[in-house]
Amino acid sequence: MSTTRPGTPGPPPSSRPDPPDFPAFPRAAHQAVRDRTLRGNLRHATHTIRAKRAKAVAEVSDWAALREAGKQIKDHTLRHLDRYLEQVEETVTAAGGTVHWAVDAEEANRIVADLVKETGQREVVKVKSMATQEIGLNEALEAEGIRAYETDLAELIVQLGKDRPSHILVPAIHRNRGEIRDIFRSEMGKWGRPAPEGLTDRPAELAEAARLHLREKFLRAKVGISGANFVVAETGTLVVVESEGNGRMCLTLPETLISVVGIEKIVPTWRDLEVFLQTLPRSSTAERMNPYTSMWTGTTDGDGPSAFHLVLLDNGRTDTLADEVGRQALRCIRCSACLNVCPVYERAGGHAYGSVYPGPIGAILSPQLRGTASEIDASLPYASSLCGACYEVCPVAIDIPEVLVHLRERVAQGGPATRGGNKVVLRPAKGHTAERAVMRAARWALARPGVLRGGQRFVSRTRRFHPRSLPGPGRAWTGTRDLPAVPAEPFRDWWQRTHGGKEGPR
Amino acid sequence: MRVALFLTCVNDTLYPDTGRAVVKLLTRLGVDVDFPTAQTCCGQAHYNTGYRHEAEPLARHFSDVFRDYEAIVTPSGSCAAMVRELYPRMGARARTEGRGDTLERVLAPVVPKTYELTEFLVDVLGVTDVGAYYPHRVTYHPTCHGLRALGLGDRPRRLLRAVKGLELVELPGAEECCGFGGTFSVKNPDVSAAMGADKVRNAESTGARVLCAGDNSCLMHLGGIMTRLGVGMRPVHIAEILASTEEAPSA
Ligand code: SF4
Repeated sequence: MSTTRPGTPGPPPSSRPDPPDFPAFPRAAHQAVRDRTLRGNLRHATHTIRAKRAKAVAEVSDWAALREAGKQIKDHTLRHLDRYLEQVEETVTAAGGTVHWAVDAEEANRIVADLVKETGQREVVKVKSMATQEIGLNEALEAEGIRAYETDLAELIVQLGKDRPSHILVPAIHRNRGEIRDIFRSEMGKWGRPAPEGLTDRPAELAEAARLHLREKFLRAKVGISGANFVVAETGTLVVVESEGNGRMCLTLPETLISVVGIEKIVPTWRDLEVFLQTLPRSSTAERMNPYTSMWTGTTDGDGPSAFHLVLLDNGRTDTLADEVGRQALRCIRCSACLNVCPVYERAGGHAYGSVYPGPIGAILSPQLRGTASEIDASLPYASSLCGACYEVCPVAIDIPEVLVHLRERVAQGGPATRGGNKVVLRPAKGHTAERAVMRAARWALARPGVLRGGQRFVSRTRRFHPRSLPGPGRAWTGTRDLPAVPAEPFRDWWQRTHGGKEGPR
Repeated sequence: MRVALFLTCVNDTLYPDTGRAVVKLLTRLGVDVDFPTAQTCCGQAHYNTGYRHEAEPLARHFSDVFRDYEAIVTPSGSCAAMVRELYPRMGARARTEGRGDTLERVLAPVVPKTYELTEFLVDVLGVTDVGAYYPHRVTYHPTCHGLRALGLGDRPRRLLRAVKGLELVELPGAEECCGFGGTFSVKNPDVSAAMGADKVRNAESTGARVLCAGDNSCLMHLGGIMTRLGVGMRPVHIAEILASTEEAPSA
């Protein structure tokens, strides 16, 4: 167990995980855009949920007020996070739970693995959780000889298919029913109860196959692992919101329950849940109320797990909190509405984001939690046309475009940031030297109308020699689009010649 | 009223017809419009690519050029959004960085009086029928910054519906981004082009011959895809449609 608390000065973490080794976003997207099945699957899925969400949100007359309230509750909590974290430790401990602090993924994984080993168990059942995906818990447990079974339907599909999640809510969104049937048929037997003979791709049959496969795991498991959507500081209550009911099984049947929760998941009071239990389901699954809301406070004799451990995870969150513009990303309640409306996500797919957090939120979260040193993380802030659709739907009003631009500045220009609890001045990322020079030159020219005019005239006079396609870096435009024709004279020459058409020919 | 046209650097260089159309339209509506020739660029491309410090002198220059006019009109939703939404943010950032409130104060005067063209027509001049004539089937793409940052709503469509001879057809998936996104178009060319191609296909499906929008940079991207795909449509800026009359029609 560790006693390091977020925010307290300590030795810099010696063992930050290696930067992720994924290709830069444009290269990954290059493949995905050409995958017709993937494009079809994503288009169908995101457009369906997009329309449903819009309807579910339109029903609520005070949506704007709820959105603002959610934003303010989160901002308030983040501003006083040190205080609320201590309160959570007190209330959870008083209710019979044990609180552990993990500064990074490695420490969190170690804590969980040790806790499981103490029980003597070699298997755990898991509730769908982003935090455990973020830290790579399943792989870490595997390395210790412990098998973790995902019980959420979509997570199960990803796990059986040895795949990576591509969506926050529906990690297997990139798969269609036929692909899922094939995975069930070939893989279920290796993990436990095989798929029924003659399984088809009917949704009801697929769900039933998963139910039967999972049931024996629920009944056998002695250890459950979860995350949480919220932790209520005043009582030390954890909240998991879900649709399938598998979570309820994992939270109630095992003897030991271990919950790994990011420190930003705290809300001060039960009253605050009123807001999020309205905005989360409607934004996420377009449900008015999600079918299962499980809440537990420590342990209770003869009811549910007899041992409860809460692992509070930092893993880059206090660094993110230190950044004035970027910290709003910590308001995220992981509803995935921003993914579902994002035109870039729809075409590039979730895997291109090189993280368990794909889509717009991933593009601002990963480069903050992990830093901008790797190729993928330095490319994520540019994985957006800044169309603003994500901001519009976000139930906690995270201005994702604002953070993207802020992170672009960090990548292109370097500057102050916080890494591992220390203030650092980042150097610009590689590959931006030419761009910087161009931007500087353009600024110089554009601050001087005479220079701009000279450039325009040059372009106009040489227009007969302009090619329709460009070599080198220009191909990024002309590979798929023609260049516009250049006019004979820029507007300003016409204006000066005719005084706005008042003199001479129009 | 002293009204200045802020044409934008892209329009000035590549789309002078749009500028002439704005002048013609506003003059017809009785507005005395000036084009201060010291104008250059609002700094949006710099800002959005992560070069905020390079954008600052351009914003100052913008304010120097335009601050004494009563209204600043621009035929670009995204440049209008830059001034209205991002100039105040730029000033506030400078202040939190300990650079005082100078930038904020310098930029403040131009923020509330900068209008996107359709906004100026509907809200300031109070007209929706501008006396235009344009006998074509047209579909309208609301560009993202006009739609979401400025909240132009149905102003452009109201203006288009009042144009004589014009048949306005709804664009499927209208509110989805066209994929231009400034430097996004060259940093992520595959996704950008895929978005653009979908937008063009949607536009084509309406049977319209003209795709209208209020931002020439989006139209440059879409027009480049149209000719590449061999689609029989052309992109036209809304100013050129609204400027067109029976006596002096634009193509
Ligand atoms: S950023 Fe906002 S919209 Fe996206 S997942 Fe988080 S809460 Fe939902």
